[in-house]
Amino acid sequence: MKNMISALLLGTALTLASAGLASAQDKTVKIGALSDQSGLYADLAGPGSTLAAQMAVEDSKLKDKGWKIDIISGDHQNKPDIGTTIARQWFDVDKVDVIVDVPNSGVALAVNNVVKEKNGVYINSGAATSDLTNAQCSPNTVHWTYDTYMLAHATGQALVKAGGDTWFFLTADYAFGAALERDTTAVVTANGGKVVGGVKHPLNTADFSSFLLQAQASKAKIIGLANAGGDTTNSIKQAAEFGIGKGGQKLAGLLLFLTDVKAIGLDTAQGLNFTETFYWDLNDQTRAFSKRFSERMKNSAPPTMVQAGVYAGLMHYFKALDALGGNPHDGAKIVAKMKEIPADDPLFGKGEVQANGRVIHNAYLFEVKKPSESKSPWDLYKLVGTVPGDQAFTPLDKSSCALLKK
Amino acid sequence: MQALYAQLLVGLINGSFYALLSLGLAVIFGMLNIINFAHGALYMMGAFVAYFLLNLGGISYWWALLIAPILVGIFGMILERTMLQWLTGLDHLYGLLLTFGIALIVQGVFQNYFGSSGLPYAIPDQLKGGVNLGFMFLPIYRGWVVIFSLVVCLATWFLIEKTQLGAYLRAATENPTLVRAFGINVPRMITLTYGLGVGLAALAGVLSAPINQVRPLMGADLIIVVFAVVVIGGMGSIMGSIITGFALGVIEGFTKYYYPEASNTVVFVLMVLVLLVKPTGLTGRAA
Repeated sequence: MKNMISALLLGTALTLASAGLASAQDKTVKIGALSDQSGLYADLAGPGSTLAAQMAVEDSKLKDKGWKIDIISGDHQNKPDIGTTIARQWFDVDKVDVIVDVPNSGVALAVNNVVKEKNGVYINSGAATSDLTNAQCSPNTVHWTYDTYMLAHATGQALVKAGGDTWFFLTADYAFGAALERDTTAVVTANGGKVVGGVKHPLNTADFSSFLLQAQASKAKIIGLANAGGDTTNSIKQAAEFGIGKGGQKLAGLLLFLTDVKAIGLDTAQGLNFTETFYWDLNDQTRAFSKRFSERMKNSAPPTMVQAGVYAGLMHYFKALDALGGNPHDGAKIVAKMKEIPADDPLFGKGEVQANGRVIHNAYLFEVKKPSESKSPWDLYKLVGTVPGDQAFTPLDKSSCALLKK
Repeated sequence: MQALYAQLLVGLINGSFYALLSLGLAVIFGMLNIINFAHGALYMMGAFVAYFLLNLGGISYWWALLIAPILVGIFGMILERTMLQWLTGLDHLYGLLLTFGIALIVQGVFQNYFGSSGLPYAIPDQLKGGVNLGFMFLPIYRGWVVIFSLVVCLATWFLIEKTQLGAYLRAATENPTLVRAFGINVPRMITLTYGLGVGLAALAGVLSAPINQVRPLMGADLIIVVFAVVVIGGMGSIMGSIITGFALGVIEGFTKYYYPEASNTVVFVLMVLVLLVKPTGLTGRAA
C-alpha cells in the first residue's frame, strides 16, 4: 500500500514536472508595438519605437539561445476604440504576448484593461498618466519611462522653488492633460504656490492665441503647458509671438520631448526648463545606443525617451523570460518576475519595477541650449539637475494601487 | 470687456486663414464644379515650399509669398490637366474621391520624408515684435496676416465678379459650349482657374508657416473646418465664403474664451443649424 502511494505520488510529480517542462520549452514570443504611427505623436514614438523594439530583440541575444521572437506593429490613431480593437485582435488572433509603447493616455488606459483581461504583458513607455500605476494599476502592467506625477514633481517643484508661485494651466482636454494638471496642482499648492486659473483646449489645436491671451491676462508667473507633442510646440512658438516671455511670465513645458524641441528650433525654445528620464547625450552608453539607433532611423534622429523606454522595457522583459527559462504565456507571472529582478540597463541605469508596476529610475532636469551652445543638429539640452528615482516617482505608500493592499 | 476686444482680433486672424482657404475652394467649386479635397494638402505644400526656399535657396519670406503660390499653382494645373479634367460632367463624388486620394498621397509622401512634428520657420525680421494696443499685445505679424489676406480676398472677388476675364469665366461655367463658340479657350481658362484656387491655398500656407509649425498634417487638420465654412457660406459664393471665413473665425475666438472645450466643435454645430434652416448656405442659391 505504502509503495502504491509513493508510486502514485511519483507519477503525479513526474506529470507535473513534464508539464512544467513542456511550457518551459516554449520559446516563442510575439511582440506588438502599438503606437501613433502617423499622427502628432508619431515622431516621438511611432516607427522609432518599433525600431527600438527590434534592437532590443537583437541585443537580447535570445535568438542565439533558441528563442523565436516576432514583432508586429499597429497604428491606434490616438483613438481608444481603435487601440482596444487592435489589442484584442492581437491577443485573440495573432497570439501576441506583450504590447509595448502606446502613447496617448486615453488609449493607454483603455488598452490596459484589455491586457489585464487577456492576461498579457503591457510595457507602457509612451503614455504619461500616473493612473496606470495608481487607481487603474494592473498585475500585467509595467509603466517604464515617465508619468505625470514625476513630471509634476520634478519640473513643478523646481519652478515653484525658483519663485514661480502662481500658475495658469493650458491643458489638453483628455485623460493625460487632466492627470498632469491634477498632479502639478498638487505639487504647486503643497509647495506654497497657487493656481490662479486654467483653460482646457481640444487635442490637436493649431491656434493657441486665444488661450495664450487668457493666460497673459491672468498675470500668473508660470504658464504651465499640460499638453504634449504638436500642441506644446504650437503653444511655445505662439507664446513667443505674443511676447509672453518678455512680459515676465515664464512658460513651463511640463512634457517636452526631444523631437518637440527640435521642431520648435533653438531660437524659440532656448532657456525652457523641463524634465525627461533619458537623453541621447547623457553618457557613453546612451551615446553608443543612440548612434546605432539613428543610423537606422529614416531621418537619422536619435531616440526620444519614449523610444528608449521601449528598448529598455523589452530588455528587462527578456531578462525575466530568460530567468523563467521559457515563455509561460502567463502575463501576470512574467510581470511578477520582472518586479523581482532589479532593473539595470544602459539607457536608464539602475532602477526597480515597483509592486504597482511603476519603474523607478533617475529623472533629469534639462534646459534647452542657446543656438550658440549647440554643436550638432541634435545637440539641444544641457543637464541642470538630477532627481533620484525614489524622489521623482510616486512613493509606494502614496500610491492608490489596489495591488498594494494585501 | 478688454478681453473681448482681444478675442475679437484673434478671431479675425484665424478668420483670415479660413477666408483665404474657403475662397480658393469656392473659386474652384464655382468655376469647375469640383469639391477640392486636396486643398489642405496644397496649403501644406505652400508652407513647405516657403521652408525649402528659405533653407535651401536662402530666399526670403517675401519672395516666398510670390514664388510658392506660383510653384504650387503649377503643380495644381498639372493635376488638373492630367487627372481632374477627365471628370468634367461626372457626379461631384468622383472629384471628391480623386482629390481626397491625392491629398492622402501628398500628405503621406511628406510625412514619410519629414515626420509629423514639423519644421521651424521664423517670422521675417521686418515683422517681428508687436505693439501694445492697450487691451492686448498684438504681434505685428498677425496684424499683417489680417490686412494682407483681406486685400487678397477682395482682389480675387474683384477679379471674378468685376472684370472682363471674370465675366468670361462665369459665362464658361454657365455654358461652356457657347463661350467656346466665341473663340475662347475654355479648357485653358479652367486650368488657370484651378491654378488660381490652388495658388490661394499655397499663399495661405506661406502666411501660416511662421505661426504654426510647417507640418505635413497642418492642412488635414484645417481642411474639415474650412469645408464647414464653405458649406455655411454657400457653395461657390465668392463673397459669401470671404465673409463667413472671417465671421466664423470670430465666433470660434469667442468660444475659445467662453467655453474652450467646444472650440473645435462650434463651427460644425453652426453648420448643422444653417443646413437645417437654409440648406443652400447663407448666401448660396438653389442649384
